[in-house]
Amino acid sequence: MRVELRGITKRFPGVIANEDVNLVVEPGQVHALLGENGAGKSTLMNVLFGLYRQTEGEVLLDGEPTSFSSPADAIDAGIGMVHQHFMLVPVFTVAENVMLGVEPTSAPGVLDREAARRRVLELSARHGLDVDPDAMVEDLPVGVQQRVEILKALYREADCLILDEPTAVLTPTEIDDMLGIIRRLADEGRSVIFISHKLREVRAIADTITILRRGRVVGTTTPDESDEQELASAMVGRDVQLVVDRSEASPADVVLRVSDLRVRDDRDQLAVADVSFDVRAGEIVAIAGVQGNGQSELVSAIVGLRRPTAGRVELDGIDVTYANTARMVELGVAHVPEDRQRDGLISSFPVSDNLVLNLTGRSPYSRGIRMDRRAIRENAERLVQDFDIRTSSIDAAVGTLSGGNQQKVIVGREMSHTERLLVLSQPTRGLDVGSIQYIHRRIVEARDQGLAVLLNSSELDEVLALADRVIVMYRGGVIGEVTGDEATRDSVGMLMAGART
Amino acid sequence: MTAPPAEAPEVLPPEAVDPLAGAPHDREAGFGGAVRDIVKGLIGPLLAILTALIVGALIIVFTDPDTLEAWGSFFSAPGTALSDSWDLIATSYRALFDSSLGSQRALARTLVQSTPLILVGLSVALAFKAGLFNIGGAGQLIVGAMAAAWVGFTFDLPQVVHLPLALVAGTIGGGLWGATIGFLKARTGAHEVITSIMLNFVALRLLDYALSTDTFRRPGRTDPISPEMPESVRLPVPIDSFRVHLGFVLALLVAWGCWWLLQRTTIGFRMRAVGANAHAARYAGMGVAATTVLSMGIAGGLAGLGGTTILLGSTPRLTGGFFASVGFDAIALALLGRASPIGVVGAGLLFGALQAGSTGMQAQTSTPIDIIFVIQALIILFVAAPAIVRTVWRVKETRLGAGQRFSAGWGAQ
Repeated sequence: MRVELRGITKRFPGVIANEDVNLVVEPGQVHALLGENGAGKSTLMNVLFGLYRQTEGEVLLDGEPTSFSSPADAIDAGIGMVHQHFMLVPVFTVAENVMLGVEPTSAPGVLDREAARRRVLELSARHGLDVDPDAMVEDLPVGVQQRVEILKALYREADCLILDEPTAVLTPTEIDDMLGIIRRLADEGRSVIFISHKLREVRAIADTITILRRGRVVGTTTPDESDEQELASAMVGRDVQLVVDRSEASPADVVLRVSDLRVRDDRDQLAVADVSFDVRAGEIVAIAGVQGNGQSELVSAIVGLRRPTAGRVELDGIDVTYANTARMVELGVAHVPEDRQRDGLISSFPVSDNLVLNLTGRSPYSRGIRMDRRAIRENAERLVQDFDIRTSSIDAAVGTLSGGNQQKVIVGREMSHTERLLVLSQPTRGLDVGSIQYIHRRIVEARDQGLAVLLNSSELDEVLALADRVIVMYRGGVIGEVTGDEATRDSVGMLMAGART
Repeated sequence: MTAPPAEAPEVLPPEAVDPLAGAPHDREAGFGGAVRDIVKGLIGPLLAILTALIVGALIIVFTDPDTLEAWGSFFSAPGTALSDSWDLIATSYRALFDSSLGSQRALARTLVQSTPLILVGLSVALAFKAGLFNIGGAGQLIVGAMAAAWVGFTFDLPQVVHLPLALVAGTIGGGLWGATIGFLKARTGAHEVITSIMLNFVALRLLDYALSTDTFRRPGRTDPISPEMPESVRLPVPIDSFRVHLGFVLALLVAWGCWWLLQRTTIGFRMRAVGANAHAARYAGMGVAATTVLSMGIAGGLAGLGGTTILLGSTPRLTGGFFASVGFDAIALALLGRASPIGVVGAGLLFGALQAGSTGMQAQTSTPIDIIFVIQALIILFVAAPAIVRTVWRVKETRLGAGQRFSAGWGAQ
């Protein structure tokens, strides 16, 4: 199906989300929509999918002006959307999820599960999706869940597929598979819209690339005509440097020593099995691995959020295996948590309070039980300046800040008190190129000032850009360690997938 | 490590100026900003009160047999129906006003009536700030009053010792009753709504039982009533012509204390942090379990003190069921006051006035006292469902504020 957006403008009260956007997606093509968070990609696609109504402009399907008042209309017209956050019922089987809303019946009101199952099997085989229709969705890895979402769209006979950040949750191998599937779907004559801010993938899969910035189209190109550097600059609107400058590390004394650590997860399964490693002052050690291989549990055990079941954690020679987070902060450990909105911030509290969230009990922020408001404000004003946190005021609720600025609040706070060890989990997840670059620079600076840095990241690019040493975790254990120059996309990627070198 | 040097300006992340990055909250720290915030915060409750009074007026009209009869002949004499209705509403609300604020005596009654409402309302509000929905005000105020009563009739001490001792006993009694709820939650995960409701029943039965024993029952009586509180524990009335006991001043001081605790101390910061995001509080090294127990303990203490002011003020004896309804009115007024101490004081005064005025209204007109409970309920309904008020008065959402979700405690974790 040929999809054309003509002169689409979408205004929200006080904000223009899309302005005069023109876009043509030809059948059989993968059209990438590239832009930073907040550039208006999702709004535009929500217009196409019938979730929003455009203020101006029109949508043409195969040349016919069309108007949708709901996603149901869009689905009827042959448009399928796979959202970034899956819309699946975890306790239903794949077939049940796929048929949900368009259930086949053998008699009025009687479900025909068998028909749905057969259809899922057939679609799965035809498109190389390799999904078991009887598997329970909650038991499936994320990559497979995503294929279930695609199946849902195909089951509804989508002629145009919108994929919103489909690779964000996938491992490097899964990403390659996914790109293959997408290519195949397009080759069969569908039009595919691929939303992403990852340059490499966009260049690998797209036939045409449209770049959005602040709601407008700032350029249309093809992978052959532009390299990653140019795409990044177009996306951000100024020259960006994709790789941080950093000198050779000069590691000193061991700060963190983890020996034979065992940690159980929330379901009481062994998540970390006998892991040992050191982090020295002045080096960045990255824990790489596909999400869910024990990295989160390992980090939370180190910083005192989870009790290990065996093994030992030492900080500067002191046993801190069972120390709580407050004690770790006292000892000079800072932690940028993986889930910043859940753990790192209290979104209804002002920026100033969030900048001392784990420090209120100490001088100068309190004396006895009395908080020193002035010291808290002074600290906030200083950090807002130093870390370039964009906020209307230090009294604004931190939840009103953009994701990048929220992360800077956490990074600023943690860097303001760390003296020995800086632990960062997924420090740039979901952030735009500008903020990523900024936070990376800060991490390298912290290292150069003699801190030990432990970085937990499932972004291979980030690991390769920052780490002096890479520890790869696979199924709860350390499967390999790669140092400096030996750490390449291939060597680390292989280990992440479980292949021993 | 000290703060790294300031950054060069070319690394401005673009989302900072992105129009979609979320409208920054305009919350100036200055006095003007604070006043504007208060005014904004008042619009919603005030409109809710106004709407409730209007709907209450309709109910008054349509439950009055005489006026209904006039409406029956509306088509032959429309003027009579309208003027009868208007007269009825005017006299009812006039009487309500006169007997709550219209004279010094009426005002004194209102202030005395509001005292326990404010204290127990603070209990609900404070627990709410810590993420806990305290339905147990009734039980806590009963247990508090029992403890105070025991101190009252057991000891024979001079007032300077006896009165403070009784107040402290009442606070501790309620506090322990409340802390039990917190402990059950922290230890076993039992939801505080369930346990506090159950402990209300336990407290009520405990009171019944106590009043059947020789310790608590008034000598020579067979009905459930305790001895009269001696003068040495009664809250003094400083001005003879204005019969307001010191409990009211105490309630105002405690309200200020609650504000100070929540906003200016590390304990209050912890309580609010645990209430707003328990995960982040744990990450920040705050003891979530200990904070929960402490919060419920303080909340219970406030409710216990509230019960004690009734016992040592207006009604100096324990009887079966002892003012348990205050515990439930308190939930409503904490909601109306948006769980802030100053708001609770305002809402407590309003409820106090309504309740003080209702007796006068019933005496002077045929309007029954129950209409006041209907109006109270309507106020809460309109505060809890701001969409109704917005539609009726055509106020924009932003002007009513985002509206604090009050029942966040229920299953929120």
